[in-house]
Amino acid sequence: MSLSPENVKQVAHLARLELPAEKIGPYAQQLSNILDLVGQLSGADTAGVEPMAHPLDMQQRLRPDAVTEPDRREAFQAIAPEVDNGLYLVPKVIE
Amino acid sequence: MHTLSIKEMSEGLRAKKFSSRELTAHYLARIERHDGTLNSYITVTAERALKHAEAADARLARGDAHALTGIPLAQKDIFCTLGVKTSCASKMLDSFIAPYDATIVQKLHHDAGMVMLGKCNMDEFAMGSSNETSFYGPVKNPWDTTRVPGGSSGGSVAAVAAGLAPAATASDTGGSIRQPAALCGLTGIKPTYGRVSRYGMIAFASSLDQAGVVARSAEDAAHVLQAMSGFDPLDSTSIERPVDDLVAGLGASIKGLKIGLPKEYFAEGLAASSREKIDAAIGTLQSLGAEIVEISLPNSPLSVPTYYVVAPAEASSNLARFDGVRYGHRAEGVKTLEELYKRSRGEGFGAEVQRRIMIGTYVLSHGYYDAYYLQAQKVRKLIYEDFKRAFERVDLVLGPTATDVAFGLGSKTDDPVAMYLNDIYTIAANLAGIPAMSLNCGFVEGLPVGLQLMGNYFSEAKLLNVAHQFQQATDFHKQMPKAYV
Amino acid sequence: MAYDSSTWEVVIGLEVHCQLLTQSKIFSGAATAYGAAPNTQADPVTLGLPGVLPVLNRKVLEYAVKFGLAVDAKIAPRCVFARKHYFYPDLPKGYQISQYELPIVFEGHLDIEVDGANGSKTVKRIGITRAHMEEDAGKSLHEGYVGQSGIDLNRAGTPLIEIVSEPDIRSAAEAVAYLKKLHQLVVYLGICDGNMQEGSFRCDANVSVRKRGETKFGTRTETKNVNSFRYVEKAIEYEIERQIDVIESGGKIVQETRLFNPDTGETRSMRSKEDANDYRYFPDPDLLPVVVTNEDVERIRATMPELPEAKRARFVEQYKLPAYDAGVLTGEQALADYYEAVVATSKADAKTCANWVITDLLGALNKLGKGIEDSPVTAPMLSGLVVRIADKTISGKIAKDVFEAMLAGEATGDDAADQIIKAKGLVQITDESAIVAAIDDIMAKNPQQVTDYRAGKDKLFGFFVGQAMKATQGKANPEALNRLLKEKLAG
Repeated sequence: MSLSPENVKQVAHLARLELPAEKIGPYAQQLSNILDLVGQLSGADTAGVEPMAHPLDMQQRLRPDAVTEPDRREAFQAIAPEVDNGLYLVPKVIE
Repeated sequence: MHTLSIKEMSEGLRAKKFSSRELTAHYLARIERHDGTLNSYITVTAERALKHAEAADARLARGDAHALTGIPLAQKDIFCTLGVKTSCASKMLDSFIAPYDATIVQKLHHDAGMVMLGKCNMDEFAMGSSNETSFYGPVKNPWDTTRVPGGSSGGSVAAVAAGLAPAATASDTGGSIRQPAALCGLTGIKPTYGRVSRYGMIAFASSLDQAGVVARSAEDAAHVLQAMSGFDPLDSTSIERPVDDLVAGLGASIKGLKIGLPKEYFAEGLAASSREKIDAAIGTLQSLGAEIVEISLPNSPLSVPTYYVVAPAEASSNLARFDGVRYGHRAEGVKTLEELYKRSRGEGFGAEVQRRIMIGTYVLSHGYYDAYYLQAQKVRKLIYEDFKRAFERVDLVLGPTATDVAFGLGSKTDDPVAMYLNDIYTIAANLAGIPAMSLNCGFVEGLPVGLQLMGNYFSEAKLLNVAHQFQQATDFHKQMPKAYV
Repeated sequence: MAYDSSTWEVVIGLEVHCQLLTQSKIFSGAATAYGAAPNTQADPVTLGLPGVLPVLNRKVLEYAVKFGLAVDAKIAPRCVFARKHYFYPDLPKGYQISQYELPIVFEGHLDIEVDGANGSKTVKRIGITRAHMEEDAGKSLHEGYVGQSGIDLNRAGTPLIEIVSEPDIRSAAEAVAYLKKLHQLVVYLGICDGNMQEGSFRCDANVSVRKRGETKFGTRTETKNVNSFRYVEKAIEYEIERQIDVIESGGKIVQETRLFNPDTGETRSMRSKEDANDYRYFPDPDLLPVVVTNEDVERIRATMPELPEAKRARFVEQYKLPAYDAGVLTGEQALADYYEAVVATSKADAKTCANWVITDLLGALNKLGKGIEDSPVTAPMLSGLVVRIADKTISGKIAKDVFEAMLAGEATGDDAADQIIKAKGLVQITDESAIVAAIDDIMAKNPQQVTDYRAGKDKLFGFFVGQAMKATQGKANPEALNRLLKEKLAG
């Protein structure tokens, strides 16, 4: 499986990564090599095998419906790039 | 003081041979002296450490101290530490002062009273096997500073190997505790998935990540792992099961213990010089009464491809939260939302992280999910079943940790696939979720060789005891790189 | 319906997002209260801080199961949370935790009443494909900033169930009937407050059109977040017209997400969803499979309230009410409870009670713009009034005045009716001699009318009733008055 520079641009867009033009070619090559490596999986006989999402066969635990978290807005927004009046600011959202 | 075991430090503190403040100051001075070369710490919290050491001394004096109170410890910079920069070695989090403590930080520092010396360097977001992807520059191997310490927990192992910390926390997604422990001659253990809380450990691949410890001996590792293990209600994947007494388990005879050698781990690819050391170690274990059985883990050649689907897929998702909105790097002068995302992420993540995000995004994409992700999950099941069958026959599985001793800085950075193959022996344990550890079993031209032990679920005590028995019979673990004695 | 329904068939499926009435968020202990100052209910998990992990709120699972039981659906013994990826500033983690391949609820249905032939009503069954648990997103605020938006994450992480219908709906009116029924149900179940203004109950409409006889569905569009029943109707109608126009003028419908603008009544394409078709779903590795045992289901079933349909049937059966009355009275749980309280405490005729509640009470509340919960006339107060009609203390006519007085707050407390009757001296005159005296007096004063009546001018009977009521200030027992008047006038 090989990825073209065009494929790399599409994936980078989906992942919201800006790639400098000169890096797209090398990325295409490296990512193709990685896909070749993982391509070995297609040869494995997995007929009838259940996919394993988790190492342990456990089930989800449930927490009680209780408010346990205090308001710590000030602390959390101290590390934010841009806030105003308690809101996080971003360039205008167009719906 | 830095050659003492943790047990000896604990006794020394209680006997008032030295104070926690003195012990902490000793390590801070060594960091000051040696870390300019090694680059094992991203942040050294000297002032805070001394203050905490004084508090530990007071607690020791009051008599309500934990066995580990007052003993210094380094944290891998993947664990959130309240009020202290937690960077994950990424430009993305260069400005991130964590507003909360990871559960293990709570347990080790607040509950047990260990003194945090600082935050250790690592591969960016734990993605790497050489510690060369760090935004803060590579870490040097204390045994030979032209070589890598391994990764991703390269800073943790370099610090402990050079005596800049008695022990350090680490994390292991595909070998990130064991491979660097091997390359720096330490004892490192990745416990069973779910044994140590993941809350506050910055996620790389959630179904594989597990926190653990690197130390100078199995006994030291047992002490620290004991304090960090246990159920955490904040982590849905944490196991509600009491923790075995890891320290009390040390000292049991290993007579009659069945150790399996998977033939796939001793095939082509393992350096002959490393193999010699491992064979010798097998001999030592036999002399201690262990029985050796040849086994097969037939799907192990598929573990690297499986991992490089599962781990990047989960990583691409876990790293989507870094968008420059609520914390972390934000590109300057952005006009649109799309620009905010693309430039912040383009600038904030290094090349290896970007590669893995792209691979992960690709394999989860519409049209590729079944061929890659679902197939990888099925092969993961086959790998798990290999171990399940093996543990019906043997108590432990033994093999090499790495294919060879530490490689030269820069020698593999241009070839991601060659770098990925470093983890060929370690990945399977993460895929299956079983505990595994590495310990030093000798030296090749002055560079340590790692021996890997893998056990069934929750067999940490057994693994640590086998390593401890080996270390009682040998002295590889006591050796230190000459420049740092 | 402006389009030609003999040529075109409309196919509608609805996705309803229903906020669950929990104290805390779906995956963390942050509060879910509406209207708090921005980001004061955004804890580390809500903010998606590095390293945080989700743990499922027990109540969310219970509510989802409750819903599933109410629509006669299957409850998955094992269901899985999945991550749905897209970048948006109100989605802090870059993915929404939702359910994809294995939802908690599947294969249910809801019966609605639709217009049949000749103005009759028929029942139509709308399939419910699935309902799944997921987290809500935050809000983007566009006002007050130039070139920027403010992000409030208080709502992020609020538990939702998304209820997906089969494409069984064939008109905007059916869509509204389905939504109203669903709304009533979730409010009845106590799992949602149903407040559409606050966004507790939101609807996305998937609409497509096809030529009659065509077996394949047309390309559909999804219109987002239409937050009132009326808007749903308008948005769907607009979308039907638009799609037919596009096709008739030779164009093609593009599968896209559209946004309804209530000011113009139009829908438009949403730019923000341009590449949203690749959500890269995969099972969330931070959450484990959710297991629901039969015992869990039975335990939850035992807590289910009586549902609207069952209650309506019971009202017809137990209180002998017409279907219409039963339907109105069971429209809301609180109203049904009110009615039953009036009947139970007054022990009066159930139909009389129904008339009072439906005609007088609901009419008055409607004028006041109040809900049954805020009624100035409580159930015990209305019950006290109905008792006094039944025991003939007051007439039905006087009762209306007492009711108005209670509504105006002239008396409060369970005995408000008695207080008003006493204060105003409204007790009915049942003493026949007093009524006879009044009649004699009126006849004496109006000899001409008596003569005319007796000569066959029957209509004058009303005149005598009016005069007698006036003389007794309306307190004469109407039945006795009529009888006695007839006797006396007969001579």
